[in-house]
Amino acid sequence: MTQFLKAVFKVDYPGFNLDVDLQLPASGITVVFGPSGSGKTTLLRCLAGLEKSGYMEIAGQVWQDDNIFIPVNKRAIGMVFQDSRLFPHLKVRANLLYGYKRTPVDVRKLHLEEIVRVLALEKLLDRSIGKLSGGEKQRVALGRALLTSPKLLLMDEPLAALDAQRKTEIIPFIRKIEKELSIPIIYVTHSMSEVLQLVDTMVILKEGKVVDVGPVEEVFSDINLRDAIGDEHSGAVLDTTVLQHDTEFGITRLDFMGQELSVPLQNISVGNGLRVHIHSKDVSLATELPRGMTSVLNILKTKVKKIGETIGYSVDVELDAGRPLLATITRKSLSNLNLQPGQSIYAFIKAIRMVHDNQKV
Amino acid sequence: MDISSLDFGPIWLSLQLASVTVLILLAIGTPVAWWLVHTRSKMRVGIEAVVALPLVLPPTVLGFYLLIMLGPNGWIGGPVQALTGSPLSFTFAGLVFASTLYSLPFVVQPLQSTFEAIGNTPMETAASLGASRWDAFFSVILPLSRRGYLTAMVLGFAHTLGEFGVVLMVGGNIPGETKVISIEIYDRVEVLEYTQAHILSAGLLLFSFLILVMVYSINKKLPVHVS
Repeated sequence: MTQFLKAVFKVDYPGFNLDVDLQLPASGITVVFGPSGSGKTTLLRCLAGLEKSGYMEIAGQVWQDDNIFIPVNKRAIGMVFQDSRLFPHLKVRANLLYGYKRTPVDVRKLHLEEIVRVLALEKLLDRSIGKLSGGEKQRVALGRALLTSPKLLLMDEPLAALDAQRKTEIIPFIRKIEKELSIPIIYVTHSMSEVLQLVDTMVILKEGKVVDVGPVEEVFSDINLRDAIGDEHSGAVLDTTVLQHDTEFGITRLDFMGQELSVPLQNISVGNGLRVHIHSKDVSLATELPRGMTSVLNILKTKVKKIGETIGYSVDVELDAGRPLLATITRKSLSNLNLQPGQSIYAFIKAIRMVHDNQKV
Repeated sequence: MDISSLDFGPIWLSLQLASVTVLILLAIGTPVAWWLVHTRSKMRVGIEAVVALPLVLPPTVLGFYLLIMLGPNGWIGGPVQALTGSPLSFTFAGLVFASTLYSLPFVVQPLQSTFEAIGNTPMETAASLGASRWDAFFSVILPLSRRGYLTAMVLGFAHTLGEFGVVLMVGGNIPGETKVISIEIYDRVEVLEYTQAHILSAGLLLFSFLILVMVYSINKKLPVHVS
């Protein structure tokens, strides 16, 4: 049974207000994305109970409404902040156990040994906080939050202060937590590369309001959201499965909804998932397959779903390839192809970027 | 130099007075400083000014009002007299009361700036980890405020030790009850016993110096916690 997190918040500050009404799956990673000042952190503070406002329920349990308000320290939440906020007067071990000791024995599901193993903290336990690197601090902060056995993990730009190298160190841990410990995560960020690597459900906030919410494939390829997502990322996010490695040509073949895509050889076992990002500018359209040979390896059979507004000389076309796919073509091409919704069309994909790895997305 | 003629009573009394005052000030100063940092009340500015008043008022002014307040007809001294048979003026308890007021800013202000520097986030973080407000204060804020508390204690202690005007007004000069070291020095000078005055003054000087050296060296060793 799918469980939900419902949140209705209204917060008014001079010069800023948050007005949201959300229903999110209480599982997987939900990324709240938006520019600074869009209310991401305030939303998180409301969920944590640090701001008194509105209504919230998770998996059928009401945490706040007009009569009930469960205070922060009684909520089954874990919080991880951008600036780890570890207690400098305590060593790593005491920091990890701070929340654990304050969690009722019958609520404790996660224990020190397990968290230390998952987050690879063995060597850090007896260190003082000042001797940790930025990445280590965030891992300890994550562990400390998890040791309260939370029902919901709230992360406020936990990687923003880290360099690219450290980020790639931590992201697999966050994935692992979600998978192995099945704790739903609400993850606030303004970094698109973090979004692509982590997200299952995406919430886009702008000026305190929810612009869109939904599975990442749909939100990303929504032609109305080009502004919110930004030109450089506009495109499709596709989840594929590794079919086969072709070492002779250095290619990995992927299955995507029954169709096939080829990417440079990946170090992932057959049958495992790989998320790819296809920029809308890297997709061109043709009504027929070319009669001769083509150098383009990746051609998907799709249907035209929606034609967006023209921006200068170009226009976005939303395609249905089993999952949404986005193509940016010229207005001239649009008129040449005479595209109509429902029409079958071939999408020629010139470049595919792998999301899971360290490439800058 | 005749050490035997030296009366240790005033020294002992001064130390007692300063210790008791500091203890009371820590108990009062902590919530006051915390409130000043975290309140959004409009009263804040007023309370802050009241706390700082002893810094700018001549001790005689403060002493004068305290004398009236603690006396047999004062609104504190009166009820106390009705209850115990004697007013608070010219007693050790009265001195403690006066010193507490007089040294209040010296304890509140260092604590206030410490709490201010620590900010709200450690409390919120502790709360997110399941700690109640009291628990969070004792397990996180207090240890992070060690430097501030040390400074507050030393300033409060040293300032109480050295007070003169207020003590003279409120406590007078009763041996064993209100005759503290600063008054004893004044007395000795009055009767031209410069040797005794010297010993006491130099003692106080050395004591104050040593205590400050100690504080600064401890402060240097205590880790600075910048959040």
